[in-house]
Amino acid sequence: MLLIHCPYCQEDRPELEFRHAGEAHIARPENMAEMSDEDFERFFFIRSNPKGIVYERWRHIHGCARFFNAARDTVSDKFLMTYKAGEPKPDLDGEGK
Amino acid sequence: MTQPFRIATAGRLGKADPVRFTFDGKSFEGLTGDTLASALLANGVHLVGRSFKYHRPRGMVSAGAEEPNALVGIHRDAARRAPNVRATVQEIYEGLNAVSQNRWPSLSFDIGALNDLASPFFSAGFYYKTFMWPKAAWERVYEPFIRRAAGLGEAPDRPDPDCYANRFAHCDVLVIGGGAAGLSAALAAADTGARVILADEQAETGGALRYETGAMIDGKPGWDWAQAVAADLVSRENVRLLTRTTGFGYYAQNMVGLVERLTDHLASPAQDQPRERLWQVRARRVVLATGAIERHMVFPDNDRPGIMLASAARTYLNHYGVAVGRNVAVYTAEDSAWYAAIDLKRAGVAIAAIVDCRPDPQGPHVEEAQRLGIECLTGHAVNGTGGRLRVSSIKVGPISGGAERSISCDALLTSSGWTPAVHLFSQSRGKLAFDAETQRFLPGQTVQELVSIGACAGSVDLEETVADALKAGHEAAGASGNPPKLSSNSTERWSGGMLGAGEGAGAESTAKAFVDFQNDVTAKDIRQAVREGMRSIEHVKRFTTTGMATDQGKTSNMHGLAIAAEMLDRPIPDVGLTTFRAPYTPVTFGALVGHGKGRLFEPVRRTPMHDWAAAHGAVFEDVGQWKRAWYFPKPGEDMHAAVARECRTVRQSAGIFDATTLGKIEVVGPDAARFMELMYTNPWQKLGVGRCRYGVMLREDGFIYDDGVVGRLAEDRFHVTTTTGGAPRVLNHMEDYLQTEFPDLKVYLTSTSEQWAVIAVQGPKSRDIIAPLVEGIDLSDEAMPHMSVREGMICGVPTRLFRMSFTGERGFEINVPADYGCAVWEAVWAEGEKHGACAYGTETMHVLRAEKGFIIVGQETDGTVTPHDAGLSWAIGKKKTDFVGMRGLMRPDLVAPGRKQLVGLRTRDPKTVLEEGAQIVADPQAPVPVPMLGHVTSSYWSENCGHSIALALVAGGHERMGETLYVPMPDGVIEVEVTSTVFFDEKGERTNG
Repeated sequence: MLLIHCPYCQEDRPELEFRHAGEAHIARPENMAEMSDEDFERFFFIRSNPKGIVYERWRHIHGCARFFNAARDTVSDKFLMTYKAGEPKPDLDGEGK
Repeated sequence: MTQPFRIATAGRLGKADPVRFTFDGKSFEGLTGDTLASALLANGVHLVGRSFKYHRPRGMVSAGAEEPNALVGIHRDAARRAPNVRATVQEIYEGLNAVSQNRWPSLSFDIGALNDLASPFFSAGFYYKTFMWPKAAWERVYEPFIRRAAGLGEAPDRPDPDCYANRFAHCDVLVIGGGAAGLSAALAAADTGARVILADEQAETGGALRYETGAMIDGKPGWDWAQAVAADLVSRENVRLLTRTTGFGYYAQNMVGLVERLTDHLASPAQDQPRERLWQVRARRVVLATGAIERHMVFPDNDRPGIMLASAARTYLNHYGVAVGRNVAVYTAEDSAWYAAIDLKRAGVAIAAIVDCRPDPQGPHVEEAQRLGIECLTGHAVNGTGGRLRVSSIKVGPISGGAERSISCDALLTSSGWTPAVHLFSQSRGKLAFDAETQRFLPGQTVQELVSIGACAGSVDLEETVADALKAGHEAAGASGNPPKLSSNSTERWSGGMLGAGEGAGAESTAKAFVDFQNDVTAKDIRQAVREGMRSIEHVKRFTTTGMATDQGKTSNMHGLAIAAEMLDRPIPDVGLTTFRAPYTPVTFGALVGHGKGRLFEPVRRTPMHDWAAAHGAVFEDVGQWKRAWYFPKPGEDMHAAVARECRTVRQSAGIFDATTLGKIEVVGPDAARFMELMYTNPWQKLGVGRCRYGVMLREDGFIYDDGVVGRLAEDRFHVTTTTGGAPRVLNHMEDYLQTEFPDLKVYLTSTSEQWAVIAVQGPKSRDIIAPLVEGIDLSDEAMPHMSVREGMICGVPTRLFRMSFTGERGFEINVPADYGCAVWEAVWAEGEKHGACAYGTETMHVLRAEKGFIIVGQETDGTVTPHDAGLSWAIGKKKTDFVGMRGLMRPDLVAPGRKQLVGLRTRDPKTVLEEGAQIVADPQAPVPVPMLGHVTSSYWSENCGHSIALALVAGGHERMGETLYVPMPDGVIEVEVTSTVFFDEKGERTNG
């Protein structure tokens, strides 16, 4: 069971309190109606599945209930960092493993 | 004489109390502190089981958790029958009842042993090949036969009456293993004041000091030191010492699973005492001191009872005071086994010979053996054994060639060296490194915060082990400065060893030289797997099943790997190492489940009106976690009759229904209407205060996610209802968009599902029923039309009163604070009775809504249904520029013709009720595979229509009105006509009726 740092509560809490919520930094386009089928496909269906650092959303559902973002290494299953929703994607190239 | 093999002057049980126990019905005596294995051996019993495949007689191989052979059933009572218990781990208690397994009719005469003669047919991978034809015979003949013939113990057939505990713990240093290394590390860590947990799988700490008589630590004999340290640690407040506790799994971020066995060694555990306790320990640092596991020698017929590991024989002698035979031979490829012969000889047991396959072993142990007059045959091999239910002789010959001789013995101790127990290290994702010189996999790169010490890290020197352990414990606690020191030394040597098959079990041999005792895998089987094309050890393992038994190959995996590598002519690391997976030793389901069973498996949710419903004869159904009243049968009524009556009564006068389980979310704030516009397909900005609307919620892909009636209580306040099962996910969905996509909107979301009790009153008399109870709300059609909401009082309690209908009748839904739910219900019920109303349950609710063609999300929809498919195009705001799912709805596949659409079905025979889920076809005579047009989603007998009704998703359904389609069923094809989804009151006049 992972320990996850909630950036709102500023606490390391067990995974049981959290729910995974898919890939992060995929903004819902404002001009939804005008999107091409290809753009919609990319936005809605296509997800990266890297071996290495993944940016993903979590919700502290049994805690503060906030959604936040995390950078996790899929090889070691280690969290590199967690950060609040809306904060920019950190540049962590080369920091995995 | 009882316990003829107990040596009074040996061991540590001393004058312990005698304990009576039975094995296969026969009564034996042992001593307090014995394991079942040591007690049986004290009575001269080696034969304890039959092997898995060939049913060969088998005895104890080890004295610990790695035991592959000695599996027995422990029968405490009718419900407590633990199968596959290792006799080497089970402590005896007064009255213990053990039975052997996998034999019929008896352990000494077992019909299944014929498998041994037929063994050419049961070679490696036999079940992949031999039993493939004819196909039907697998299920009926082969599998039942194989299952009966090959097997382990019988699972208990009654519910487990024991309880199991579960604890979370945090510590600075977790030490796994309480031998010399683990105790030293725990001591050093504890000295710094750190919070320490030490877990050891045995009843007492001490590890190999149990049998290693040459060890001295801190001026004391090893075992005495271990007991003194354990007592010291137990007395410290910052230390928790757990015995009979196995570290079975190493998980992410230094979470280690421990299972503590609390009662299996007790004669009469207290009624409420947990049998086991699962510990989930989060440690800042972990110290692995898991030791090493001795390997047997691989040679022909190496599995007879009486053949066991040298360290096991030493344990039985030096700890339990039991000689494993009267005339014992040793066959080894390393040094430590020599001490077994020396210890036994000194205790007065005859040593037939020490056979060492090394040409010229040197050292004090060799000199001592010679001094004791033991015949030492170096450069020799054991090429075979004799005896049926017990080894009686060994065939010994020089490896360089020459005459073989037969040596009589009643026990044979073997050792081919020590395999470091790197299981937990590997589970921690640490990388193993192969040390070619010593032929061992050792801990390499670590990934988590841990350190391996002692024998599991490859140390064969006690002084080095203790020094490393003290340093590791000190540093793991985060302390600086010099670690404490302890003097230690051992006169014993642990070096040498070999991997793979010995002489006489070489490549040309057809003999049964067992690698894996528990799954009956021989050296020949491993070679055959390679010959048949297996190249990776992962394939060899699965083809031969080596290492796949309950012992997970603790004694055998390295041998199997070495034999495969030799056959492939490749270095061992190239052939690979199978993955170490949790659990290290078997863990009961009980320990993992803990308290989460029976009533505590899942919460049960009941509405405030539950007891009323129960008292009025309701039959309940489970809807998610909720108990909902399903129907209210009167005396003599079956479900059909009760539902028919309820359906008639609602449309003739009225019915009262508990709708409390509906999800409710309060959407509040200046931007509430804008937010609702984004969340639902419908327009909300212009919905008047006091009005309601049926809302449809989509996912971004355009498919229906939820639905429900929404009332606008104020410009900035909506009372949203969701499906019963959908409440949590709808709130999650809304929160997701609010927090991450539309964070600028000023809206608060609050779950109010549990705050409101909901009483639906439906039917022509509904207004008459509630009118006398309501204050401050004008209930006239003009003042409060269909689809409106008012706030006022009912029975003196505040209410949100909805005028709405899920039945097609004039109807109200009374929301009151949950605590008043039952009182208001009773008042409404009293009024209802005056008008002939009934209470109705979810079944009638379903029938009545289906008569009107109202969908239920999750029944008519399955995550691939759009509002257009479901006939809800009207619910989509045509002028809206955005809502979740709007773009998804434009996807090519979602606008293509031929989609499955919701229609009604009427059977030709009005009495026939279709089966929900039944498939629908255009031509039942079409050749197989018949194209499926769709399926029945809802189907009921409609008392009000006088015929059966059904809803269905049918390809191109909206264009098929009036068409005849077919529903093929096992007992015939049912003819149906496609109709509108509305079966009753098509014009919808009754909502004002």
